[in-house]
Amino acid sequence: MTALQVEDVVVEYKVPGRPTVRAVDGVSIHVAAGEVLGLVGESGCGKSSLGRAIVGLNPLDSGKVLVDGRAIAPLGRRARPVADRTVQMVFQDPYSSLNPRRRVGRQIQDAVASRGGATRVRELLEAVGLPASAADRFPHQFSGGQRQRIAIARALASEPRVIVADEPVSALDASTRLQVAGLLSETATARGVALLMISHDLSGLRVIADRIAVMHFGRIVEVAPTDVIWSEPRHPYTRELIAAIPRLGRDAPMPSAPERRGVVVRTDDEARLVECAPGHFVAADALVGA
Amino acid sequence: MGTLLDIRDLHITVGGRALVDGVDITVEPGEVVGLAGESGSGKTLTALTALGFLPDNATTSGQVLLDGKDVLSLDVRALRRLRGDRVAMVFQDPMTSLHPMLTIETQLTEHQRAHRDLTRKQAREHAIELLDRVRIPDPHLAIRSYPHRFSGGMRQRIAIASALACEPELLIADEVTTALDVTVQAGILNLLQGLREELGMAMLFITHDLAVMNVVSDRLYVMRSGKVVESGVSREVLAEPQHEYTRALVDALPDTEVTR
Repeated sequence: MTALQVEDVVVEYKVPGRPTVRAVDGVSIHVAAGEVLGLVGESGCGKSSLGRAIVGLNPLDSGKVLVDGRAIAPLGRRARPVADRTVQMVFQDPYSSLNPRRRVGRQIQDAVASRGGATRVRELLEAVGLPASAADRFPHQFSGGQRQRIAIARALASEPRVIVADEPVSALDASTRLQVAGLLSETATARGVALLMISHDLSGLRVIADRIAVMHFGRIVEVAPTDVIWSEPRHPYTRELIAAIPRLGRDAPMPSAPERRGVVVRTDDEARLVECAPGHFVAADALVGA
Repeated sequence: MGTLLDIRDLHITVGGRALVDGVDITVEPGEVVGLAGESGSGKTLTALTALGFLPDNATTSGQVLLDGKDVLSLDVRALRRLRGDRVAMVFQDPMTSLHPMLTIETQLTEHQRAHRDLTRKQAREHAIELLDRVRIPDPHLAIRSYPHRFSGGMRQRIAIASALACEPELLIADEVTTALDVTVQAGILNLLQGLREELGMAMLFITHDLAVMNVVSDRLYVMRSGKVVESGVSREVLAEPQHEYTRALVDALPDTEVTR
């Protein structure tokens, strides 16, 4: 079942006196319940704008975001209606996404929809591998990895259908990254939550994501199951991303740097996704040259 | 030519805690030596001693020999002559390592004029050359701009240009690509590789990313809680780590092999 449906979403930034920037240019993706979709692209490609638009932090200029078939209203000044709390976010930097002056338990309890918070908080903390006693402590008493676990527990507290995680492990030490990313995808999958994992690191998504969507200049240029993206990338940009990853091994080559280019603008026709194998979609501009 | 940098039995203690606990590191001229380890392992602290930087209230023992002279015993004036001239540094975060209120020109010429007998015009021309070398488009325009005009990758290139201005014998690169995208990272790594071949400059390359380490460094030292736990030729060490800590670090990396 499709838990998250994003249809033809456009996000624009308008600054008076400057040309409008179209950060997200007609993106459609869907994530099934219990599925992990990885969204990769370099900084400035619009992946974070898309993630923020999905949870309602950025208003949509056109298009729709549906959770279980229901449209989500963008965040305003008032508290979000309970029905819209089915979409949650985990931010990049756990040092600033937790309130430094409130105890961990209280912060998680805020997000628990029903009464009887204390037992639920304990449950959630244990689910992310922290002791129940963590509830009485403050965020500064935890390491970066532990804080990100707390942020994950908080995101799970409202029993969401969709979690958007924006670079959830890039602020962490290399040795804890894999653990936290694994925890996030496992708890999400086990609870039937659709997880959209945004990252610039294709290799980090490899063990976690079921499918990967590659974003380039505001458009999705390729979507496929993770193994297929790695073994048979069809879009030239996906190939560049893979070739730029430094590798281990005695005869690993120097990662290759792509040529610098200006802004790539794809017309709707060029960006149209074509299914080239079952479940493997690639933007039409990649097929023209081939 | 002898060893360029020779750190011998270095101990740095702050408030009773040994942050660096008996480290021996050598860098030969023109060699790229890596320092790997998690945050807090003392790798940056060790590298900074090559510039004579020590934390406040630190007690130290051991020697840091640069071309046979002990950097730790130099006075302030001698250290000034050394820093930015013979030894230069590039920091992790290009968003904060450039001064936001000074033009690129100031940041690329100030140290040249302090260390070299150059006129403003000569220093400026050299700066433009450097910007061109690190592949900043339109260097004549770029030199008049302020850092906020540039992206993270571009700023890191400018920081590298600034470090290269006096043609240092040793460049300390502290997590220079950690904050960057993979494609930009690949560009910077290739740039450093090219500059190293061209200038014969030695590098002390600090990173916790062992895959990056594998492709850039000749030899590496793996540090943990202030001690070197393993060292050797990078590709050998990383292909067959002997110490369990190194093995754990290697295993923590996501698999990047392409399955066929």
